[in-house]
Amino acid sequence: MPILSLSGITKTFGAVAALTGIDLDVEAGEVVAIVGDNGAGKSTLVKILSGVHAADSGTITFEGGQAHIATPADAHRLGIATVFQDLALCENLNVIENLFLGQELRALRLDDVAMEVRSWELLRQLSAKIPSVRTPVASLSGGQRQTVAIARSLLADPKVVILDEPTAALGVAQTAEVLNLIERLRDRGLGVIMISHNMADVKAVADKVAVLRLGRNNGTFAVGEVSQEDIIAAITGATDNVVTRRAQSQERLRQ
Amino acid sequence: MTDLETPTDLKDERLIGRQGLRGAAEGLLDRVRGGDLGVLPVVIGLIVIWSVFQALNPIFLSSVNLVNLTLECAPVGIIALGVVVVLLVGQIDLSVGSVSGLTSAVMAVFFVDRRLPVWLAILAAIVIGCAIGWVYGQIFNRFGVPSFVITMAGLLGLLGVQLWMLGAKGSINLPFDSGLVAFAQLAFVPVWLSYVFVVVAAAGLFASGYAHARRRRKASLSAVSTQLLVARSVLVLIGLGVVVWYLNQTRGVGWMFVLFLALVLVMHYVLGRTKFGKSIYAVGGNAEAARRAGINVRAVYTSAFVLCTTLAAVGGVLAAARLAAVNQSSGGGDVNLNAIAAAVIGGTSLFGGRGTAFAALLGIVVIQSISSGLTLLNLDSSFRFMVTGAVLLLAVAVDSVARRSRVSHGRA
Repeated sequence: MPILSLSGITKTFGAVAALTGIDLDVEAGEVVAIVGDNGAGKSTLVKILSGVHAADSGTITFEGGQAHIATPADAHRLGIATVFQDLALCENLNVIENLFLGQELRALRLDDVAMEVRSWELLRQLSAKIPSVRTPVASLSGGQRQTVAIARSLLADPKVVILDEPTAALGVAQTAEVLNLIERLRDRGLGVIMISHNMADVKAVADKVAVLRLGRNNGTFAVGEVSQEDIIAAITGATDNVVTRRAQSQERLRQ
Repeated sequence: MTDLETPTDLKDERLIGRQGLRGAAEGLLDRVRGGDLGVLPVVIGLIVIWSVFQALNPIFLSSVNLVNLTLECAPVGIIALGVVVVLLVGQIDLSVGSVSGLTSAVMAVFFVDRRLPVWLAILAAIVIGCAIGWVYGQIFNRFGVPSFVITMAGLLGLLGVQLWMLGAKGSINLPFDSGLVAFAQLAFVPVWLSYVFVVVAAAGLFASGYAHARRRRKASLSAVSTQLLVARSVLVLIGLGVVVWYLNQTRGVGWMFVLFLALVLVMHYVLGRTKFGKSIYAVGGNAEAARRAGINVRAVYTSAFVLCTTLAAVGGVLAAARLAAVNQSSGGGDVNLNAIAAAVIGGTSLFGGRGTAFAALLGIVVIQSISSGLTLLNLDSSFRFMVTGAVLLLAVAVDSVARRSRVSHGRA
């Protein structure tokens, strides 16, 4: 039985149907990659799951029960953690404060020692290269911020982690670290939803690929049984598309 | 040193290790060079202002004048404390002066005209202050009207209500024998108790610092050395001791000023050491990120407005008590701008997310020093406005330059 199951999710912004009748199942211990072109509705789907936007219609089933996600706090409570593409960090706060934002230990007398210890634990799990957790996030590099954002999502022991373009801003070694991390999450029995433009990353870690096209489902594939060309065909909506044409012309040039 | 002994937070080899008093001093120097000036510009500014006025009029730094200065600081300082909170969430309240005027009028009408007990009259003033902030918060959250406009409307509207409440006679005198006026004008801390406060402050600072350092060491994190803690506490002991001794040469430390300091300390704790305080900084830094972290951003905005107007009400009541009267100009004139200027001069960013409760204290001391010094020189309020305006501009300019330096030194 899937841990998270969406059926018929629809969302419109004014006259634009961003999502129409989206179905998606995520099993525990499974990495599902959501791919699609710009404007396919990937980020909107993430925002619905994390409570930033509410869906217009459709049902979300979490651990067998129907779930209602109206606010980010609802998503936290269910155990859905999200790493947003824009990371959603407060630049004026330091790493510890960002990690524990909204989930501080001891509300009336903050336990900063315990929070700092836990911060170092989390960052070490991710092999993070952050020299000091007491510096404001404003002074960190893009990759370091990404690590902080991922570490934050793991803080509350979530059951499903959603990563929106987790490797877009990262260097080679950090990308590998993040991919390792995703596998570690899967091995711990978490459901992972990963949004990516990078087919190599998708092929490397995902078990299943769900393709969105213009706000609709356009096929779900098991990664082992599908070629990269098939995925791209599903993303662009045709076997004759700009990507294949370019590949063919390159091929011709070589001959 | 083996790796086992290195505290968890100092293991990264890129960190520059510094130890002891010398290390602390070097670290401080580094921070200042990087544009992380903290309270340094205000302290330097204060030294300059005090030196100039002392040179022009030797009465300025006399004990009598300084006692007066502390009493003058308290009411507007308490209002400025509220302004700090609103600025921290990235909003502004331009109506604090009118709120303080209106609530003091409410207090006077209930106390003098209606002959209610003084505590009930004060409570009514505070409740009304609280309610005004709640209304601001609702308008801000529901209709998205900029706080600048809401509170500008409040500035005018509440002044109107104040004038209407005071009626035709336009002023109400508070009886001199009431506890409220006595508190604001005549209540001073007994000499022995004032020194007890100083010792308790220094000892408390050391005890909390020591306990904290011990817990950090137990959790194998780096901690401030006991040597440094002692040095800090001794400095505080001597500094506060000298100030209190000097004030005690004449009337001493007013209870009203003690109340102001207590409010600053409570606010400092709330902002720095509670979940609520962190959510204030988070909303001021990045409201959308705070919302996605599950913080109820609307509630944070509302409570910031409520805290601000409530503190404005407290300040208004104390200002009225100090004057022993409420009139049509209560809370008018320069109260509004002094309170906002104090928060900004003290180092609170106008863009949200940066500043501390001590900004209100330092800022108001600067502003009242200028005001007191110019009064001693027999210069009228025209000069006071000009000089305060110049100082405000200077403070914001220093802050902007420091911000640029912070960005280039990766401390933003």
